[in-house]
Amino acid sequence: MATTNSPTTTGPLAQPGRLPQPSAFLDVRDLRVHFPTDDGVVKAVDGVSFTLERGRTLGIVGESGSGKSVTSLGILGLHRRGHTRISGEVWLDGEELVSAPPERVRRLRGRKMAMIFQDPLTAMHPYFTVGAQIVEAYRVHHRVSRAVARRRAVDLLGRVGIPQPARRVDDHPHQFSGGMRQRAMIAMALANDPDLLIADEPTTALDVTVQAQILDLIRDLQDEYRSAVLIITHDLGVVAELADDILVMYAGRCVEEGSAQTLFRRPEHPYTWGLLGSMPRVDRAARDRLVPIKGSPPSLINLPTGCAFHPRCPHQGRDGIPCRTEVPDLAQGSDHGVACHLPPTERRRTFAEDIAPAL
Amino acid sequence: MTHYIIRRVLTSAVLMIIISMVTFGVFFMVPKLAGTNPAELYVGKQATPADVAATARKLGLDQPVTVQYARFAKGLVAGRDLDDGPNRTHCAAPCFGYSFRNDRPVWPLLLDRLPVTVSLAVGAAVLWLAGGVLAGVVSALRRGGPLDRTMMVLALAGVSLPVYFTGLLAQLVFVHTLHWLPGGEYVNLADDPAGWAAKLLLGWVTLALLYAAAYARLTRAQMLETVGEDYIRTARAKGLRERTVIGKHVMRSVLTPLVTIFGLDIGGLLGGAILTESVFGLPGIGRLSIDAVNTKDLPVVLGVTLFGALFIVLANFIVDLLYAVIDPRVRLG
Amino acid sequence: MSTHTSPDRTTARPGTDELLRVTGLEKHFPITRGAFIRRTVGAVRAVDGVDLTVATGETLGLVGESGCGKSTTGRLISRLLRPTGGSIVFDGRDITDLSVRRMRPLRREIQMIFQDPYSSLNPRHTVGTIVGAPLRVQDIPTPHGVKRAVQELLELVGLSPEHYNRYPHEFSGGQRQRIGIARALALRPKLIVADEPVSALDVSIQAQVVNLLDDLQRELGLTYVFIAHDLSVVKHICDRVAVMYLGKVVEVAPRDALYATPLHPYTLALLSAVPVPDPDRRDRAQRERILLTGDVPSPVDPPSGCRFRTRCWKARERCERETPALRELAGGHLVACHFPVEDAERTPRGRIAAHLAAADVAPATTTPA
Repeated sequence: MATTNSPTTTGPLAQPGRLPQPSAFLDVRDLRVHFPTDDGVVKAVDGVSFTLERGRTLGIVGESGSGKSVTSLGILGLHRRGHTRISGEVWLDGEELVSAPPERVRRLRGRKMAMIFQDPLTAMHPYFTVGAQIVEAYRVHHRVSRAVARRRAVDLLGRVGIPQPARRVDDHPHQFSGGMRQRAMIAMALANDPDLLIADEPTTALDVTVQAQILDLIRDLQDEYRSAVLIITHDLGVVAELADDILVMYAGRCVEEGSAQTLFRRPEHPYTWGLLGSMPRVDRAARDRLVPIKGSPPSLINLPTGCAFHPRCPHQGRDGIPCRTEVPDLAQGSDHGVACHLPPTERRRTFAEDIAPAL
Repeated sequence: MTHYIIRRVLTSAVLMIIISMVTFGVFFMVPKLAGTNPAELYVGKQATPADVAATARKLGLDQPVTVQYARFAKGLVAGRDLDDGPNRTHCAAPCFGYSFRNDRPVWPLLLDRLPVTVSLAVGAAVLWLAGGVLAGVVSALRRGGPLDRTMMVLALAGVSLPVYFTGLLAQLVFVHTLHWLPGGEYVNLADDPAGWAAKLLLGWVTLALLYAAAYARLTRAQMLETVGEDYIRTARAKGLRERTVIGKHVMRSVLTPLVTIFGLDIGGLLGGAILTESVFGLPGIGRLSIDAVNTKDLPVVLGVTLFGALFIVLANFIVDLLYAVIDPRVRLG
Repeated sequence: MSTHTSPDRTTARPGTDELLRVTGLEKHFPITRGAFIRRTVGAVRAVDGVDLTVATGETLGLVGESGCGKSTTGRLISRLLRPTGGSIVFDGRDITDLSVRRMRPLRREIQMIFQDPYSSLNPRHTVGTIVGAPLRVQDIPTPHGVKRAVQELLELVGLSPEHYNRYPHEFSGGQRQRIGIARALALRPKLIVADEPVSALDVSIQAQVVNLLDDLQRELGLTYVFIAHDLSVVKHICDRVAVMYLGKVVEVAPRDALYATPLHPYTLALLSAVPVPDPDRRDRAQRERILLTGDVPSPVDPPSGCRFRTRCWKARERCERETPALRELAGGHLVACHFPVEDAERTPRGRIAAHLAAADVAPATTTPA
């Protein structure tokens, strides 16, 4: 892994300002994905920026409705055309995708960027064999014979740890166990040696021992291929296991970003504090009570004014701080971006004195 | 798989036996409930009660239903001899009964009419499958657009309008007013292919319209459901072309329920499209059954009913086999 | 069946009142074949000889991976299913074979909370109807009327009494789970069987519901059987924990003992697999993680002897031959294993050794049923 890079150049720290020449492998700038509906416009993603280098892993963390999955679909161009308004820039290896013709993005999809989905049972076609689905993924982007592609499929299945791949290649997805299906899904995503691998809740549908196997596999494969990995999850444990950098999303926007160490050791956004406080931990002595975030996530059609988190934030409403009226920018600190109106010194003090001891 | 097939064959056979029993029972009961003696139908209205009783005895109509059914079943399998007094007639297997009105066994009567019904059903099926599925696919792809709405209104009309309305209207316009199509008798495919097609064309279209409407709606609904599936998103994520995504991944899932419905529809039609055949004067099995009902020719009615049931059971069996081919989960489950 | 030990030893807290005792509990779902004559060709042994006790006022956690039988056990305890073997004694009464009618008065005392707050509430009924239904069905006298009683329940679970006339779809997932809890509480039950009550909820909402369950237990003196796959949540909420594998309980212990000194190799592997939300400890956690090979075998044809042996790095010949009984090794700490985990195996060195050994277990090639 590229441990020599400092977080200021490889972290998800892109400035919203438009640099003409992107230097990062994946550079997402001010991405917005809106869905017009009868009830109003759903602002699923509303101005998200980050960068990701080859060989690095970025974790996007958020709850349902935070926009984390829509962000990944936006990058791949998998949103429903004609039903989605998308703006901003997605630079992949020097090529801009939002303004690129759909046919161009299609050619990159599955080859240069590939995706692993949450539930491998529903994400694989029930009527085609596992092998046929991998063969197809390979042959879309490579002009090779079926036999060659089939050898590749067997090879890939073996590489992701499916026992007896030459036999199992002709099985249908329902003949695989949950863990094996996710392995097969990963094999399919790897068919064309993608440079960018997006994993959307790759282990949420799996049991904990199988989850450990799959996380281990993703880590191994990344070491082997040096691909950039974008992992999307609600599970802070999973990001802590995999990610070099973390981006926390709330209501379609990034509220905090930084290296994994920074985010877990010195989080500064009250929402991140809330997530950490909500989470019971197996690695610590049991606490008397969890510290949940009050209320529920907001509707993406009618976002609260100002900071979208303010109705649930225990720290809002202090003297002269415009939490209810102004949307906070993602302000960059030395190693860390935080979108919060509280003064940085105040945030650090609150975390050290009030939050950390209760975690 | 072998196990599965054997099980389906057995199920179908048992089903057929049960249907034949029930049908036979019903036809045994109906004249009794109606207060008529079936033997009267054979000997004519002028016959004396003694003649009727004699005929009934000769035909075995005075026997209990179980005995009559056993004879009928034996006839189906091995053929039987019928003794109606003046002469003895042999009814070869499969003997579906003997029509005294036509003075022929029922089975050849059915066979005579079958080509017409098959021509009508198969021709219509090709049309409605092509048209209905295509319309459904296009509608689903243009969901909510003007094309979709127009097609769905047409489909609704197609489902709602009865054959005797659309059929008679078409007949009036194309045969009697415009004279684009010939009237007259049905001709065999072998004798005059063009005449055959011309005579059947309106029947095909009318029948196809009725079914195509239902197929379009089913296809559309099934497509819209499938397009939202996770595995379709996966197919797109692989970078497949949109036409591969739709044509291969979506269609594969859409076909499964279509096969079921199609099998049953075709099976039902082969038993006779009563209305369509009547409207267009096609001498098929449907017409045979109507005529038989009108002349109270009970053996023919019974034969047609059983014949139709046979097709439905057979279609069911084929659908089950096809299902196993289409859906691996059925095959191995 | 014959392998469970004398029931006394499964009691965790001597001196406390025992509310529930489950002995040798079995649920076998028959597998039938044949088109006309149905014959039983086998059975899914979903629950296959489970012994448990629950003391009044405590929370017993039931953990394990999908297919281990924990949910079936929960449904058997609340008698939504009829056991095919063993016995369930609730509050001194044998309820194993009670008919639906005779079970009815007991339904007041054992209530269930389900995982999915979306599908377990009738969308066409108002919250008032849903929460009040148990009161009406059971003909419970309510001094100030059913409506008032329901509104008090809504307040108890942190909802507003004004929500009485609203429909489930107007609520968020967390609020719906609160409605489900209010419904379960309506009859003032003694025992609540909660089947994955927070798994479908977002992290922040999950914590609210966990705290609510805590508060309710304290206020109302409730006893919980808490079924979950999330070992962190279980650690937070439970007093004792039972670990299940393939229809059997493999280990039962007071919470802290189980998490600090797991005795069953499966428990050790399970705990090591939980992702640690601490990037600094990532590398160490990975080195010491025990990755089990292969899949859980089919409950139709479970392995002989110890069911975990096919994936256990410590398995020996005896494990194949002899089914280990659940035996008490320390105060209230029971394990069903011939070769329980020793202290040396919990040291970093021991863990790394286990990590390597587990990876060498030949994966059994199984096909799920």
